[in-house]
Amino acid sequence: MNGAIVAFCCQHSAYPAADLAGKLGLHYPEALRIIRIPCAGRVDVIHILRAFEKGASAVLVLGCEDGACHHITGNTRAKERVKHCEMLLKEIGIDDRPAVMFSLSPNAPHKFVQVANEIEMVTRELREAR
Amino acid sequence: MIIAERKPMAEISRAVAPYKKVLVAGCGTCVAVCWAGGEKEVGILAAQLRLARSAEENEIVTLEATVERQCEKEMVMELRDKVSEVEAVLSLACGAGVQTMADVFEDKPVFPAVNTTFIGMPESEGVWVEMCGACGDCYLDRTGGICPVVRCAKGLLNGPCGGTRKGGKCEIDAGKDCAWVLIYRRLEKQGRLDLMRQYNAPKNFRAVKRPGRVQAVRA
Amino acid sequence: MVTPFRETLKTKDFIVTAEAAPGKGSNVAKTIEHIELLKDKVDGLNVTDNQSSVMRYPSVGVCLLIEEHGGEPVLQVTCRDRNRLAIQADLLFAYSRGVSNVLCLTGDSVDVGDHKEAKQVFDLDSVQLIHLVHTLNSGKDMAGNELDGSIDFCIGTSASPSSDPLEPQLIKVEKKLRAGVSFIQTQAVYELDELKRFTEFVRNIDQDVKILAGIVPVIGVKMAAYMNENVPGVFIPQNLVDELAEAPKGTGVSKGIEIAARMIRQIRDARVCDGVHIMFIGREDRVPEILAAAGLV
Repeated sequence: MNGAIVAFCCQHSAYPAADLAGKLGLHYPEALRIIRIPCAGRVDVIHILRAFEKGASAVLVLGCEDGACHHITGNTRAKERVKHCEMLLKEIGIDDRPAVMFSLSPNAPHKFVQVANEIEMVTRELREAR
Repeated sequence: MIIAERKPMAEISRAVAPYKKVLVAGCGTCVAVCWAGGEKEVGILAAQLRLARSAEENEIVTLEATVERQCEKEMVMELRDKVSEVEAVLSLACGAGVQTMADVFEDKPVFPAVNTTFIGMPESEGVWVEMCGACGDCYLDRTGGICPVVRCAKGLLNGPCGGTRKGGKCEIDAGKDCAWVLIYRRLEKQGRLDLMRQYNAPKNFRAVKRPGRVQAVRA
Repeated sequence: MVTPFRETLKTKDFIVTAEAAPGKGSNVAKTIEHIELLKDKVDGLNVTDNQSSVMRYPSVGVCLLIEEHGGEPVLQVTCRDRNRLAIQADLLFAYSRGVSNVLCLTGDSVDVGDHKEAKQVFDLDSVQLIHLVHTLNSGKDMAGNELDGSIDFCIGTSASPSSDPLEPQLIKVEKKLRAGVSFIQTQAVYELDELKRFTEFVRNIDQDVKILAGIVPVIGVKMAAYMNENVPGVFIPQNLVDELAEAPKGTGVSKGIEIAARMIRQIRDARVCDGVHIMFIGREDRVPEILAAAGLV
């Protein structure tokens, strides 16, 4: 998993968006590893930390737009957890492996690709800065 | 319940710096409920330690385990096999749990990963407030069920100090209520303000002979 | 010859005391200067006890200096720094050296001072402290042991007439009065009506206790805003703030002195209470100006 970008994708938004991106033949980074989850709220701090432990260079948590979560508050909880995770990483001096939360709708394949490309660029820059 | 907060990471890292293999041990009772030392926090702390040490290219192996109550020898004994495999134990239990662990496994260094802060209750999600000082001489009968010993910043027994802020807040923290204003309001509502007018004599600080030890009779 | 404060309380028409704040360090030259300046102009000099939880020269030390220089000291004792043994011992020492007036206070929290990590004691509270001094006066210590040599302290305490909410404070005042005090000095007051209401409350419980209104000159709009915001139990009304705002630049201190003197005159002329206690911390040298402007010297 070395250098992978792990994307936890909510099955109600990011996952269908990724699917659509594939169908449309849109290009996204090779390093992207998509993990289907029932809701962004299912992602726990420990899942993000384990991804980094296994060598991920970045973790994306992709959930529904504000107000569109199928589990009402799953996306806002995910946002808070990702923020908490940033603190945990900072605490141990890890500042070159970003964990980021994004919201998108299921019919936004272009946004999905854009987010993936952007995070890949960020990780490449961080890698080169080392 | 007993409330604790995790120690700063730097302090924990320093404690286990000499070791290559440690047991990260949680407690499933009080500290699990206050998000400081349960199974979940054990997993997070162990992952943080591994990540930090692998970034330093000084890998650490962590075993993880959580017992129901670390303050009971019998329950801590369940960890015997795991403890025998490691060089040191990092305990996320309250001070009582850490010491029980250290007593049971006398030959192993045991380090606290949390600071035990008080006996309290949840006020709202993620917020716990101090309720009891375990003073051994309960005043709650006279104070409308609100403890002046710990909820008043000075532990005053005969009414508020002159420091009460506007609206009945505490001298040292405008975000906290003055316990004596709370006591006044509750007793007033109950029509028992005469209780507040009664003189409370100086507190008996020997109500519990320290170090405390109680021999109870089982009913 | 100095009139003992106890006598002054009984006989004098309008009682005036001032606060003497000990300095930080062993150099007492400035303190002595203030004592010399004020001792004959006031009926008692009231010495703070690690005021605002800031470590200073001890209250009892400055009381001895006042005694040596021919003034009448009032020893402030707070419950913050000493347990019941230390408080009793200090009181024995003070009395044996001629300090016979004690002001019983709770004390600020260590959180507001310069040694925030210290263990605060509060073994006793101010009501219990008043009872303690009565116990010593009766010839016994708190444990019931006989004391060698008699003790007879004149006991005072404080109160906050402008607290919000006021009722819990008044219950505490009532407990202090029932414990037995000869004088009460109030937190800084700026509203005559508030002071009147407080005096009436006290008179309903105790006819004899003397009430000294706390006078703290406000020397500028900023200080007023700060005190309103940060000093518990103090309320400076808008008309005073406006008056300070209108004062020309550089005249803040004299304006503050003028307002304080006016307040003192109003209190005395209307017999609102029995006297005043002037706290002009850091500007003790200007206290005589207040006294002069108020027609008290």
